[in-house]
Amino acid sequence: METLPQLRDRIAALFPGADVVLVTNPSPSAQHALRLDAPHARAIATFLRDDPALQLDQCTNVTGIDWPEKEVVDVTRTTVPDPAGGAPRAVEEKTKRIEPGRLEVVYHLYSIALGHGPVVLRLVTGNRTDAVTLPSLTPVWRSAEFQEREVYDLFGIVFEGHPDLRRILMWDGFKDHPMRRDYREPDDYEWEPTPHGDVLAKAKQHYPAPTPTPSAPSTP
Amino acid sequence: MSDPTFNAPGITDMERDELRRHGILLTGLEELYNWGRSHSVWPLNFGLACCAIEMIAASMAKFDIARFGSEVFRPSPRQADLLIVSGTVTKKMAPQVVRLWNQMPEPKYCIAMGACAISGGPFKQGYNVLKGIDRFIPVDIYIPGCPPRPEALLHGLVQLQEKIRNQAISGPAAPRHLQAEADCNCPIPECGAHDIEPTRNDALWPKPPELLRPTKT
Ligand code: SF4
Repeated sequence: METLPQLRDRIAALFPGADVVLVTNPSPSAQHALRLDAPHARAIATFLRDDPALQLDQCTNVTGIDWPEKEVVDVTRTTVPDPAGGAPRAVEEKTKRIEPGRLEVVYHLYSIALGHGPVVLRLVTGNRTDAVTLPSLTPVWRSAEFQEREVYDLFGIVFEGHPDLRRILMWDGFKDHPMRRDYREPDDYEWEPTPHGDVLAKAKQHYPAPTPTPSAPSTP
Repeated sequence: MSDPTFNAPGITDMERDELRRHGILLTGLEELYNWGRSHSVWPLNFGLACCAIEMIAASMAKFDIARFGSEVFRPSPRQADLLIVSGTVTKKMAPQVVRLWNQMPEPKYCIAMGACAISGGPFKQGYNVLKGIDRFIPVDIYIPGCPPRPEALLHGLVQLQEKIRNQAISGPAAPRHLQAEADCNCPIPECGAHDIEPTRNDALWPKPPELLRPTKT
């Protein structure tokens, strides 16, 4: 199979206007991914499935990632020549920026026919609150159906074009999305004999505030 | 054995056992009734998670739950005497489990099998698992383990038989099914927006004690 950069270039040539980004994975697994833009995602997915050289006919895994909003500090290092003629000084400049929160879906594709894979696709939502709609890839790979429902259930990503988008693990009346990082589970505290760690922190909220003990009257 | 009215005429358990050894059978209605019941505890054919595999193993030839009279796994709660809660009770499943319990006719018993059914087990700190079925239905026997071996389930069953044999058939200590006004149904929780509601049956699961930690000085 062609390398991922080659594949990206081929997609870019075939789908003018599509925003396909190569996302590198610095971890030892080095499973680099292609990030597709939502409007072209389904057309590109169909191409990946049907192209004779790729035939990525099997979607084995769909999962979600929650990226909450966070502050990142960019450090730029510059060397400034010393006006007095000494050794140049290294100057670090720190800039803070807010990385906006977003949700992401990851698809792992394999080819049963040609025996290669995985090709990893990523789709990113606009934010974590109201722009959480992404195109469903279930019309392309039927195996994505339950997994997209699971991502919808646990992360709250809405898949447009999904044939049957309902919660799958939690009940229908459930309102939260438990795999989001800001989810707090219901506080059904129960007495623990030896709480520690997170459990202690939770249990502490249920301890009554210590009542001030009256100090013993001092004898004159 | 525990029937005071039976033991009153001045015969002790030991003397009665002695008579039995000589082929003289003396018994009371209570003992006979409980003996019969304790050897035909029919479980509900129902499993929830990995513990159910061990329950199935216990029912098969190698462990042979039939030796204890409990091999008749009933597919309908209407015909079952014993609810073996074998596995993880998720909050989504909890209303159904309580409903099954309510559909079983008295006398009925409940075994909480495995860490999950007792307390939530490995999933206790999660958001989706009930922290013990005893929050909603009265549990007679707890079998610890993850999963308990089939022998442990059989031991639990023997303990339950022991419990049944020692039940009075009259008086205030009589079990629920012999008390006319006892309410045998448990309220069924509902799946709410964030959690099941209510999160416990207050009659069975009292509020946990408030703790006061000594503040370090
Ligand atoms: S107690 Fe262990 S074996 Fe039993 S259902 Fe829970 S996780 Fe599975």
